[in-house]
This record gives sequence, structure tokens and C-alpha cells, in this order.
Amino acid sequence: MNRTIITVVGKDTVGIIAKVCTYLAEKGINILDITQTIVQGYFNMMMIVDTSGLKEEFTSLVTDLDVIGMGLGVQIKCQREEIFDKMHRI
Amino acid sequence: MININEVIETNKMIEEENLDVRTITIGINLLDCAAASVDDVCRNIYEKITGIAGKLSSTADNISAEFGIPIVNKRISVTPISLVGASSCKSPEDFVRIAMTLDKAAGNLGVNFLGGYSAVVSKGMTHSDRMLIESIPEAMAVTERICSSVNVGSTKTGIDMDAVRLMGQIVKETASRTADRDSLGCAKLVVLCNAPDDNPFMAGAFHGITESDAVINVGVSGPGVVKHALEKVRGENFEVLCETIKKTAFKITRVGQLVAQEASRRLGIPFGIIDLSLAPTPAIGDSVADILHEIGVEKAGAPGTTAALAMLNDQVKKGGVMASSYVGGLSGAFIPVSEDQGMIDAAECGALTIEKLEAMTCVCSVGLDMIAIPGDTPAATISGIIADEAAIGMINQKTTAVRIIPVAGKGVGDTVEFGGLLGHAPIMPVNRYGCDDFINRTGRIPAPIHSFKN
Repeated sequence: MNRTIITVVGKDTVGIIAKVCTYLAEKGINILDITQTIVQGYFNMMMIVDTSGLKEEFTSLVTDLDVIGMGLGVQIKCQREEIFDKMHRI
Repeated sequence: MININEVIETNKMIEEENLDVRTITIGINLLDCAAASVDDVCRNIYEKITGIAGKLSSTADNISAEFGIPIVNKRISVTPISLVGASSCKSPEDFVRIAMTLDKAAGNLGVNFLGGYSAVVSKGMTHSDRMLIESIPEAMAVTERICSSVNVGSTKTGIDMDAVRLMGQIVKETASRTADRDSLGCAKLVVLCNAPDDNPFMAGAFHGITESDAVINVGVSGPGVVKHALEKVRGENFEVLCETIKKTAFKITRVGQLVAQEASRRLGIPFGIIDLSLAPTPAIGDSVADILHEIGVEKAGAPGTTAALAMLNDQVKKGGVMASSYVGGLSGAFIPVSEDQGMIDAAECGALTIEKLEAMTCVCSVGLDMIAIPGDTPAATISGIIADEAAIGMINQKTTAVRIIPVAGKGVGDTVEFGGLLGHAPIMPVNRYGCDDFINRTGRIPAPIHSFKN
């Protein structure tokens, strides 16, 4: 398994999750977990996904999600899980 | 499993608190590039550097995109050139040709600085060392990306005062050769005592002779993250304060460790060390002086500053050491004046003087750093400042350094703009009494006694 964290931050609007999930499905990426919360009035969503089925370069996933985010007026980041694991787990 | 609050915390550090990996530096051994002719040396050096570090920039960019962490600088350090050029260089001009080759290699690889135009003369200078040192002003004037360093002393050997005297003149000459750029050459020239072999930070980086053929060293940073963490514990006791710094340093360093291991794996070059230094930038919110303010001193330089800095430096090390498998380099808080907005403000309002900075260098890395002084400061006075700083390093078994810029044509009251990460600074006043008779003595200061420590 190749776990990746996708975060969406911004104003809540209709269809954010739908759009991101559709894109991920097209790329063969399986969603393992979704959490969301509101921080200081902003919508924060985190998805843990498995990118082992991804055929393209990881960086193109990062770029595509960034573009989708801009279209929705939110910020979408896609990062390998290790950075969070390293920082918060011993 | 990672939870959303941990993800938000990490991304907030990156986006709002300037957490970044300051540099990935590849150290490259050039000893096997030595040859009988300068042309051959230059060709060997160019081929070796571009061969080993060819994928440094693209690899760093990919790691940055995949983990979502900025990697600010990609750099190279090489074996001290006084050793590499010793067999072929017959004049300072020959050494300048090597500097130009290094600059070309750095430019083509997309790295912003290449360090190692250096000589290690802790006890004495060889003919080759002296030629390299004499070539520094010209080399700094004709290159863009080359950083130069000269190590003039160590705890084991004492201080080579002949080199200290010479470096006072070289710093002045470098300032005048780059006068059209506010003496920028001096921002890329540092005089060290007890220089480490594995430092990834410029201008003092070089690949020491104790190192293997190639190695990856990483410098992390995050003054903004530490400051932000301390905002939440205002008024708390020292135990809470220290614990907060340690925990934050741990988190920052773990990111560096991850990036270093990834870079090492992808480039096929062994991981060397993580440098735990808190390295500021001129960006707002990325300042070591602001941390000192948050700890409780009104301005950097006020009474209490040295104690606060000593504590900060020690806690950063304690937190960072556990987060990395190998720690090295300079590892301590940097206090460059021009590269830290809080330090600039403190110097401008008169809270911070060179004398107080000297005291601060006793308890942190690395020394009198990026300090602009009047252009008419005599060479002997600069040598005196270098000798003082080297003595602190020698006696206290730590690295110290002087990167001081006597800005040609400017005096106290003027400011100087270096641009980018090098920042800007007010010209600081220097003690006007001389030390010529001291500096003009020849020979060296003997190695210090290693007992009776007081």
C-alpha cells in the first residue's frame, strides 16, 4: 500500500467531495478514510488514499488536484503520508 | 493512523510559519581531480561535479512536490580547493580559473551556491594555501555562486595569526573588488575556527578530508515554527518553555531526516548528517530575534539575551538529536544580522552592538555573521575581530566564524542591500581603537590547555 494524504481547505461549497472522488476514481486511487472538520470557519477535509494503483507520476497527481482546487475556489494538497508519520510518530 | 489535526498542524507550520528544508547539500570529494596541469584539473572537476550532482535539482523538486515541503536551496560543497589545486596551480590566477570552473558547474546544475573555495590553515599555511587565499578577492569578483572559507584555528592547534593578519587584508580587498555591488563578495567569504567537515550551510560549507566520496547533508530550519509554539506558552515557567522548544525542534528535524533519507535513496548517495541549526531569513516571521523576544527580552541585544539564546540553542539540540540518526554540521541557532528582520531592527535601534553579538556567539553557532561595518575600517581591526572570535572558538571547543562586510564607500548611518536570502543591514559602528601592534606580531597563538577549565 502507498498511502497519501489529500487535504482540502477553503469555503464549503456543493460538490467538492464529489469532484475530488470522481477524479480519484478515474485514476484508480482507492479512498481509505475521509474526515472533515471546521477550523476558524474554514472547511477542512482530509482523505487517506492508496496511490499504489496510480499509473502516472506522483507529481502529476499533485498538479491535477491543485488545478481542481483552483476551479472550486479551495486549496487541495496531496502529500505522501510519511511527512506526517515522521513528524507525529516516534 | 494519522489524524486530521496532525495534518492541519504540519501544513500550518509549512504554510504560515515558514517551515522549510533550508538546504540539501551534496558534499563531493575532489581529491582525485588533482593533476599536473590546471586545464586537466578544471576538466576533471567539472566532469566529477556534474556527474555526481546532475540530478540534484530535479530530485529535490520532486521530493518537495510529493511531500509538500519547500526545499529552498540545492547546494554543493567540495574538498578545499587549496588541496585540489596544489599540484597544478602556480599562481593565484591559476586558482581563479578553478573558481570559474566551479561557478560554471554550479550554474549549469541550477544550484545557488557551491562552497569549498577554501583553505584549512589552522596551524600554518602551505604555499598553495597562501596562493588560494590571495586569489579570493579576484575569485569572489568574477564568480557568482562560489563561497569561500578559510579556517584559521582550532582547539587542537591554536590560531594561525599570520593567516588572521592576511585575512583582514583579504576581506578588505574583497570588499573593494566588489564595491559596485555593495561589497557583496564579503557575504560569500567566511573566516572560521574549528570548522566542521560536514557543514551544509554557506558560506562555510566544504567537504572535509574526513568524509567519503560523496555525501548528502541537510539543513533544516524553522524559527517561525518555534516562535509560534512559544506564543502559546507565554508566562509559563522555564520547564514548560524548554519542553515546548524541544518538542518543536523534534518535529522540525524529523522532516529534515525524511527529506535527507529520500534524497539519499533517490540519488544513490549516502546520507551524511542533519544540521540542526535554526536558520532565519529576512522574511517576516522567520526570525531568531523574534524567538528571543517571545522568550522575554524586549529586543535582541538587551540584557538577558545571551542566557535566552544559550537556553534556546541547547533545547533545539536536545529536541533535534533524537529526531535524526546522524547530527552534525554547525547545529545551533544562527544569528546573522542582515538575514534576520528582528536582528536588523535591533541593530537599527541601537539595542544590538558588535560587542553584544560577540558575547552571543559564545553560546550559539556560529559567529559574527553578515555584519556590515564602515568601509574605512582598517584591515588590522578586522583581523582583531577575527582573532577575538577565533579565540572564543578555540577556548570553548566550538565552531566560530566571522563573515563581516566592510562596505566600500559607506559609513555608520547608511544601509546596505544584498538582496534575496542575504537580506539588508545597517552599517554598525566598530570600536575605533586599534590593535595593529598585536596583529603585526608573526607566528601563532599556541593551542590552549585542556584542563583547569575556568
